[in-house]
Amino acid sequence: MTEAIRAEGLVKNFGSTKALAGTDFAAGTGTVLGLLGPNGAGKTTAVRILTTLLLPDGGHAQVGGYDVVTDAHRVRQLIGLTGQYASVDDGLTGTNNLIMIGRLLGLPRAAARTRAADLLNRFDLTDAASRPVKTYSGGMRRRLDLAASLVGRPSVLFLDEPTTGLDPQARSDVWDMIRLMVADGVTVLLTTQYLDEADQLADDIVVIDHGRVIATGTPDELKAKVGGQVLEVAPADPARLGDVTAVLAAWTGAEPVTDPAGRQVIAQVAGASILPSIVRQLDESGIELAEFSLRKSSLDEVFLTLTGHPAEDDHASQPIETTQPVTAGARKGAAR
Amino acid sequence: MTAATLDGHVPARRLSALAGLRNSFTLTWRSVLKIRTNSEDLLGLSLQPIMFLLLFTYVFGGAIAHGSVTDYLQYVLPGILVQTVLFATLGTGLMLNQDISAGIFDRFRSLPIARWAPLAGAIMGDVVRYAISVAVTLGFGMVLGFRVTTSPLAALAACLLVLAFAMAMCWVSALIGMLVKSPQGVQTFGFTAMFPIVFASGLLVPIQTMPGWLQAFAKANPMTLLAAAVRGLMRGGPVAVYAGESMLWALGILVVFAPLAVRAYRRRT
Repeated sequence: MTEAIRAEGLVKNFGSTKALAGTDFAAGTGTVLGLLGPNGAGKTTAVRILTTLLLPDGGHAQVGGYDVVTDAHRVRQLIGLTGQYASVDDGLTGTNNLIMIGRLLGLPRAAARTRAADLLNRFDLTDAASRPVKTYSGGMRRRLDLAASLVGRPSVLFLDEPTTGLDPQARSDVWDMIRLMVADGVTVLLTTQYLDEADQLADDIVVIDHGRVIATGTPDELKAKVGGQVLEVAPADPARLGDVTAVLAAWTGAEPVTDPAGRQVIAQVAGASILPSIVRQLDESGIELAEFSLRKSSLDEVFLTLTGHPAEDDHASQPIETTQPVTAGARKGAAR
Repeated sequence: MTAATLDGHVPARRLSALAGLRNSFTLTWRSVLKIRTNSEDLLGLSLQPIMFLLLFTYVFGGAIAHGSVTDYLQYVLPGILVQTVLFATLGTGLMLNQDISAGIFDRFRSLPIARWAPLAGAIMGDVVRYAISVAVTLGFGMVLGFRVTTSPLAALAACLLVLAFAMAMCWVSALIGMLVKSPQGVQTFGFTAMFPIVFASGLLVPIQTMPGWLQAFAKANPMTLLAAAVRGLMRGGPVAVYAGESMLWALGILVVFAPLAVRAYRRRT
């Protein structure tokens, strides 16, 4: 299998912040590689280097076999980029945005117009084609951004958090569009903070944290590594946390952790079948429960399992949620 | 092992200069299209000179030109022409800054186009904006009673002189646009820098009543020279020295600020 993307020991520093600290990964031609990590992990920096927007401080990267530094102009002819913030022009109509890119890529006027109409049709934007982009919804704008990255028929597509900030319906629409591109034989590098997004779309996943690769594998391999589901047990009396931990450790075989607020114990479980036994054991030990819930692993747990620390945003401006009472329903899927 | 594009053509090593020029024209088209669709920008471009003309002519006119509003209009219109275009150059930095913060320049920079095309396209497109300002100012001034006493050709030359100066000044604005974080910052910095240049000059009043040190500044101020050249071309009087000196200034500004702006553009990622 030939490699469409290869990054070797990429290093990038912003002042004293190490955005990338020797990152390696590769994507085979025609596959989807998911770069998974929290905010500030270095995902966007990696994409910006691979798309020739940023020079690395160290290491090498190739796209389509061309070096992104010494052969940047050739790389640009192969790639499409959809950035984290939709980079389409608000002041132009959908059609004119796409015609502009077609013309920049050297298409004659008529061909650029045809290509724009085709793509708008494919991305379900024909009705809004002659409206200024500033009147578009978030989902429409993201679809136009995807269309814009396809005008040049790229063979390698970079999607930097393509669904961040979209509602579930718009998100699943964008997923469908991405699957269509993959069916055309395009190699896709996708960055995401969502485990389920990587799970849905990627053939291979690279988990990065603090600019380093901390795990690689197929979605199934990673899920097997971190356990399928998460059990959260909160005793009514916090003094019994230790007893709860002992019970969970005995029955799950995993190492349960206590959440930072000291209210509940969290353990990875393989399935729901052992729950009755755990409940019985807790009951027999006379532990009264405030909460007992099972849910799917989130990116938080992936990180907790892989790195031993929660997926915190290094530059977080908001207080971390666990200072508030933690309930299964109130937890977010991923740290933002 | 290297790859071809999906439709099979092998990527070229470099871009020809002609292709770069074509890229710039496409991006000029984009800027012009945006003027047409952004009615607020167009309204601002037209209303601002109209307002300045009305305010200066009728508020200050009587006091400055010993009661003759029409006489003052003949004096102040060339000044307001220069001032309007100078303010309009702020839009260049503002739009570049917006394009960068919105991520549009990232898209451009990921495309196989000339690196300088986005900058060149933006500035060529802005010349159209400046031309609109000039046309509105002159047109409305004539409605109020301004008269060209030389020839239409000389008046045209005056307009071209102002546009040439604006094309130099817009690089200053482009530099501010690259260095400042937000579009609001561009306006704050831009206006703060422009007020002394506009008011400590012979744009709006003759400089003879200013204190000596200020007169020295105002005499050397390129705005004074440019406005004097425009007055000469539209109303008669000496032209060559003023036009020559103001164009020297323009050249100097261009030589200093264009490379700085291009450098800042390359650095800003």
